[in-house]
Amino acid sequence: MDRIWVVVDRAGERVAPLSLELLTKSKDLADQVEGVTWGDGAQLAAEAGSYGAALLHTVGDLGGRLPGPAVAAAMAARIEAGDAPDAVLVPHNYDGRDIAGRLSALIDRPVLTNVVGLTDADGLRTQHPVFGGSEILTARFTGDGPGIYVVRTKSFAAEDSGGAAADVDVWAVPQLGAADAVRVVDRHVEEREGPKLDEAAVVVSGGRGLGQADAYRMIEELAKLLGGAAGASRAIVDAGWVPYSHQVGQTGKTVKPTVYIAAGISGATQHMVGMKGANNIIAINKDQEAPIFSIADLGVVGDVNKVLPKLIEALRARS
Amino acid sequence: MNVVVCTKQIPDPANPGQLSPDTHTLVREGKLILDDSDAYGVELGLQLVEAAGGEVMLVSMAPHAEVSGLRTALAMGAAKAILVSDEALVGSDALSTAKVLAAAIRRTDPDLIIAATESTDGYTGTLPVQLAQLLDLPSVTFAKRLSVADGKVRADRQTESGYDEVESPLPAVVTVTAGVVEPRYPSFKGIMSAKNKPIEQLSLADLGIDPSAVGWAGARQEVVSVVSAEARTGGEIVVDDGDAHERIVAFLEQLKVI
Ligand SMILES: Cc1cc2nc3c(=O)[nH]c(=O)nc-3n(C[C@H](O)[C@H](O)[C@H](O)COP(=O)(O)OP(=O)(O)OC[C@H]3O[C@@H](n4cnc5c(N)ncnc54)[C@H](O)[C@@H]3O)c2cc1C
Repeated sequence: MDRIWVVVDRAGERVAPLSLELLTKSKDLADQVEGVTWGDGAQLAAEAGSYGAALLHTVGDLGGRLPGPAVAAAMAARIEAGDAPDAVLVPHNYDGRDIAGRLSALIDRPVLTNVVGLTDADGLRTQHPVFGGSEILTARFTGDGPGIYVVRTKSFAAEDSGGAAADVDVWAVPQLGAADAVRVVDRHVEEREGPKLDEAAVVVSGGRGLGQADAYRMIEELAKLLGGAAGASRAIVDAGWVPYSHQVGQTGKTVKPTVYIAAGISGATQHMVGMKGANNIIAINKDQEAPIFSIADLGVVGDVNKVLPKLIEALRARS
Repeated sequence: MNVVVCTKQIPDPANPGQLSPDTHTLVREGKLILDDSDAYGVELGLQLVEAAGGEVMLVSMAPHAEVSGLRTALAMGAAKAILVSDEALVGSDALSTAKVLAAAIRRTDPDLIIAATESTDGYTGTLPVQLAQLLDLPSVTFAKRLSVADGKVRADRQTESGYDEVESPLPAVVTVTAGVVEPRYPSFKGIMSAKNKPIEQLSLADLGIDPSAVGWAGARQEVVSVVSAEARTGGEIVVDDGDAHERIVAFLEQLKVI
């Protein structure tokens, strides 16, 4: 494969971890890897380069706009001008999905989303977990034009290969019209202590079995004692007990920690697809029949409100 | 204010899903129900028109002229629906579906188009933004709170680290997450009146769409294979007698986490 474009998402002044994963994988698959980003490209050039990007294209300062319309239109213009890559890899996150959707409609190519694996066998093939990850579906694009792949976090390792800083250039953005009318008025950052959910070595998640919002404090405390991050099932996010940024699963984060502790979580397929990749799973649930036990290395049949306080006490006593 | 809500009708997720052995796509036979994820959009649309006047119109694409999911949303309070159903649509990817919905929506003149961030059964999650691009409209995705005033929509849009307050002029496409509002249950009166609410049924010919550009004929992606994932099996199970925490501590020690 000759050339891959990777959408380089930002985490402040750095490259977002998921984009580093995509750059690393692309370096494996293609002769030339090019990043496409927004804002100050020079800021990200060294990091993007050391993970495999030879070039970094930026659409420049967004001035309070969302990245979707501008990044997609700039890519589409290059493709229409005959400068098409073989594939475009996009992070499966909020801005990534906006970019992929707009690009798809602009260049009239469909999108493969929820990608967790990529192999090159006479063209790229994608792997997707279906039915909660119990089956793996392999798909590919047919027809002409670049494929658009939206890839989930932790599908590939991010490896610094020590490449030189990427050369930065600025891509012109065509006239965008009505599609570009959204403005960010204010940004809110929900502070959280400790490591990030999708980077933590230990993740402790709570579910509806906690019984009440207050009981989530035990999850946070336990996560802190283990140097990990606190996660949640969608049931308690929807109930407003914890912010969405804690959600693990199909519509939340994918995590692959050394240890995942599920407390009061039933193990719905949509939850399991986000945490099945953990090296070790501990589940605490009062229902012996809970599906979560079918994938737990250690299953404790018991009441979270009894087991967790004792576990916390025992760990506190050691520290 | 007129609101279009994109409503998908799907097989009941309570029953285990199935892939067709020939085509490896989801089997969509039998009774379809309103996708739970769309109930939030329907509710939000209803709240907006209840405050500002106007009506909620549903737009759906489904096989076999299926209407049972639409009736549920009509029973919640939507005024009418457009249903696109055509043999040639079987096998459509998200982009083809977006083109069909865009053509249907062009026949109406909405101020706001609401969709779920993704469907429960396919969860491709690209259709709403494809739709926005095809209609040349702004899109506010992943809204977890939303209001409309002075010809503008304001929303809290989820981000990796929290949320952004964003603003867009109307018309616009918004996608809403579960929990944005609490969907109402249809009342008995609602269910009765839903039976007589208009559902306009359209074919591809009605929309002027070439059947060879959609469905299997127009598909530009294909499933190569489906295999069972390496099964993760359960391990040790202990029943708590008051000392299960000790077993957890020992396990964590063994893993050198503590
Ligand atoms: C399109 C779609 C996307 C979704 N995406 C996600 C997602 O990303 N992430 C996600 O998590 N879910 C997701 N879901 C929801 C998912 O289907 C489940 O509804 C959800 O995961 C259930 O959360 P839960 O396990 O906390 O609650 P429940 O299923 O209600 O389970 C609670 C569990 O707690 C146990 N329990 C109760 N009391 C106690 C006690 N005192 N001590 C110990 N155990 C107790 C019960 O036995 C039960 O097993 C999605 C659903 C759909 C339709």
